[in-house]
Amino acid sequence: MTTNTTNIHIRTKINGQSYEFLAPSYMSLLDALREIVGLTGTKEGCLDGNCGACTVNMDGRIVDSCLVLAAEMNGSEIETIEGMATSDGLHPLQKTFLEEAALQCGICTPGFLVAAKGLLDNEPKPTERRIRHWLAGNLCRCTGYDKIVKAVQKAASDN
Amino acid sequence: MVQVFENKTSYNVVGTRPIRHDGIDKVTGRAIYGADVKVPGLIWGEVLRSTEVHARIKSIDTSAAKKMPGVFAVMVHQDLADPGTETTRNGLQDVDREFFNIMAKDKVLYKGHVIAAVAAIDRNTAQEATRLIKVEYERLEPVRNVDEATSPNAPILIEDLIGDHLGENVANTNIATHFRHEFGDVEGGFKLADLIVDREVSLEMVHQGYIEPHNATVIWHEDDKLTVWSSTQGSFGVRDQTAKFVGVSPSQIRVNYSEIGGGFGGKTKVYLSPIAAILSKKSGGKPVKIVMDRPSVFQATGPAPGGKVKVKMGVTNNGKITAAEATIRYEAGAYPGSAVNAGAICIFGCYNIPASRIDGFDIVVNKPKSAAYRAPGSPQAAFAIETVVDEICENKGWDKIQFRLDNAAKKGTRRGDGVLLEKVGFEESLDATRNSSHWNSPLGKPDNGKLRGRGLACGYWMNGGGPSTCDLMLSDDGTVMMNEGSADIGGTRASIAMQAAEVLGLAAEDIKPSIPDTDSIGFTGTTGGSRTTFATGYAAYLAAQSMVKELKTRASILWEIDETDIEFSNGVFRSTKESELKLSIKELAEKLGVTGAPVSTTSSVNMAAGGNGYAVHICDLEIDPETGKTDVVRYTAIQDVGTAIHPSYAEGQIQGGVVQGIGWALNEEYFINDDGSMANYSFLDYRMPTSLDLPMIETIMVEVPNPNHPYGVRGVGEVPLCPPIAAVGNAINDAIGKRIYEQPIKPGRILDAISKD
Repeated sequence: MTTNTTNIHIRTKINGQSYEFLAPSYMSLLDALREIVGLTGTKEGCLDGNCGACTVNMDGRIVDSCLVLAAEMNGSEIETIEGMATSDGLHPLQKTFLEEAALQCGICTPGFLVAAKGLLDNEPKPTERRIRHWLAGNLCRCTGYDKIVKAVQKAASDN
Repeated sequence: MVQVFENKTSYNVVGTRPIRHDGIDKVTGRAIYGADVKVPGLIWGEVLRSTEVHARIKSIDTSAAKKMPGVFAVMVHQDLADPGTETTRNGLQDVDREFFNIMAKDKVLYKGHVIAAVAAIDRNTAQEATRLIKVEYERLEPVRNVDEATSPNAPILIEDLIGDHLGENVANTNIATHFRHEFGDVEGGFKLADLIVDREVSLEMVHQGYIEPHNATVIWHEDDKLTVWSSTQGSFGVRDQTAKFVGVSPSQIRVNYSEIGGGFGGKTKVYLSPIAAILSKKSGGKPVKIVMDRPSVFQATGPAPGGKVKVKMGVTNNGKITAAEATIRYEAGAYPGSAVNAGAICIFGCYNIPASRIDGFDIVVNKPKSAAYRAPGSPQAAFAIETVVDEICENKGWDKIQFRLDNAAKKGTRRGDGVLLEKVGFEESLDATRNSSHWNSPLGKPDNGKLRGRGLACGYWMNGGGPSTCDLMLSDDGTVMMNEGSADIGGTRASIAMQAAEVLGLAAEDIKPSIPDTDSIGFTGTTGGSRTTFATGYAAYLAAQSMVKELKTRASILWEIDETDIEFSNGVFRSTKESELKLSIKELAEKLGVTGAPVSTTSSVNMAAGGNGYAVHICDLEIDPETGKTDVVRYTAIQDVGTAIHPSYAEGQIQGGVVQGIGWALNEEYFINDDGSMANYSFLDYRMPTSLDLPMIETIMVEVPNPNHPYGVRGVGEVPLCPPIAAVGNAINDAIGKRIYEQPIKPGRILDAISKD
């Protein structure tokens, strides 16, 4: 309805599945996922790239989806929290987050899981310092990070 | 009436660490939070916020917004329903003037104050439409802190405010309340003292910092019934407050439960649901969703009060406190109702003081209306008292733990507000601190030129009680469906279900907890005051006891024996006379059909008081003398938790509270511009601790069971936020030999202190 909006034609893969849709030119990747595709596991926390609640994996890279335009999805492969568990069950990080009580309210959890997976995919045995550094772009206000770091360490040691 | 229990020390389910029931949904992205709610025909709302800090509204012109294509409705304050002076049942907050906070009437009192709202076809259109609303202001001088608010010629924020100053009605004031608690001979006590230390600390406002912004989705149906989704710590609070501001009865509103992405006290009030309700009504019943943006969350919700806290304490040469005095002046924000009452209750809560006087001031300033924040009012008070106690011990060369033990609050101690304490665990927590590995390990000396220090501080929070409801329904397979009314912010489905499981002799996983809408469960108070595991847990305990009683009746029907000849333990019913007669709950559940109706039980409670929480924290930190930057290198939190129902989540509460406190001590503040507006309204500039800023947070849980709960629960979530500001401050003093009495203790202040040699 907004005046002078141009819609962009997008072909993309999300969690291995092909999608094709139109998105307004101003729309973020976050809003395209939540409002067009209907995947609400990716959360809005700040809309300025400082909280990490909207973290998704884009072509192997961790991005804040609130800072990426939907138009940039075209031709790319996106992985969200909804793609982490497979028909074989939960991802090891999802298991260790549950076992280690690494979530309280849970709003930051999808972002932390996607970010932590991005780390372990490339560095299976990170140090505590490395984990803390990697996750510094994701804010959690409930846990004090202790149990999150321990859950990532546990998933790494089970690798 | 307060019931007293003989607490056990070993349990089957209590004290274990099952996977939380809602865990799978929260690690897979399936859990539905407020902003995730989708309803057919949904439209979006957006609000227009004041660009002025303090101004009279001369006019609001909404005509251009109304004409914009895609706009369904526009509203201003006059579209709300005047609630008069009634208060809601949810008494946690001073809601009387929230009516003007939700949407300004003729004055704006802070930047970000809502002035008007729009509903439109989508979020972007709604935002654009708000920009077409023209507001004419008459700018007024801002009142930026408690000193400015109480100066002789201060601009008056609320012209019709009648202050209560020690019982006198006072007009033309920014001091909404001045109250006093006093007992004993305070002046006489100070005369007995060999040393008196008198200090004032100052604090800036800080935000709760929940990651999920406020949101609301409301449908105003044609029969004047309303359906609401909102991120809240209490669905009944949303129901009652929304009803009040839109002019319907609470029973006309059904609030659906959605997951809540953090609250810490900041989601105990309503901001958006009355607005979404009126927009829905004006749009002909279309569902209206509003999601707040982060700058608005900072500028218009939350904060914990800043202000000034002055403490004077007298001690004898043999280490006994003779008297103490406090003056607490808190910023309420734009409307009355800071946490000064709780601050006054808590400030001397750790100590047994023979004579004390506490003056509390609730002061309005041109900043967002303050809200509860985790042990509201106590962390600021603890910064003052624990700094003074540290200085006394330092001055006299006393052991910091022994001095506190010699003056510790215990059963029978009179708290500053006059209340006598039940059995509490402060002495046990101090003993555990003295025996801890952290306290007994050397501080060490870094070889990198940094200055290292260790600080100790304590904290007190009374913990809450209040009303809760829990329903249990036995299924044929022997599992139990559980409905309970408490919003689950950090694992309370699990901690409540575990208490029912303990009674029933079932596994935690056999209980299936749900949090239904407000039409489908009895009244339950807001999740806050560390009350939920305590009070709703007790409701679950009683409902489970009722279920055991009913199942005994059923077994007696089945076995054709007398009910009194049946005993129940560890989930099994047995005849005390015929040993072959025994059935587990699961076996009995299959046979219920022949014994009568389905088995369901319910319990509603109204708990008189919580369990009095005590915490002792040890902080080791390093300061870079070149930059003034502080790094916390080791931190241990010792706390009397009563009984830890789910130890992992109890630890998590403690760790999370500590880290919020470290942020409060070192970084976090509302940085106020000269014009009174907040400068740092993003997570980039309002710097909360990240994982990289912190070490692991060590916890030592002391368990001194609360005699007023069957499993000894005290409430855990809030007291860990009380000691950190002072623990960090005392450690900084230990490191640099200078005390800094202003929060946050940021690099510039540390460099200034170091350079003043």
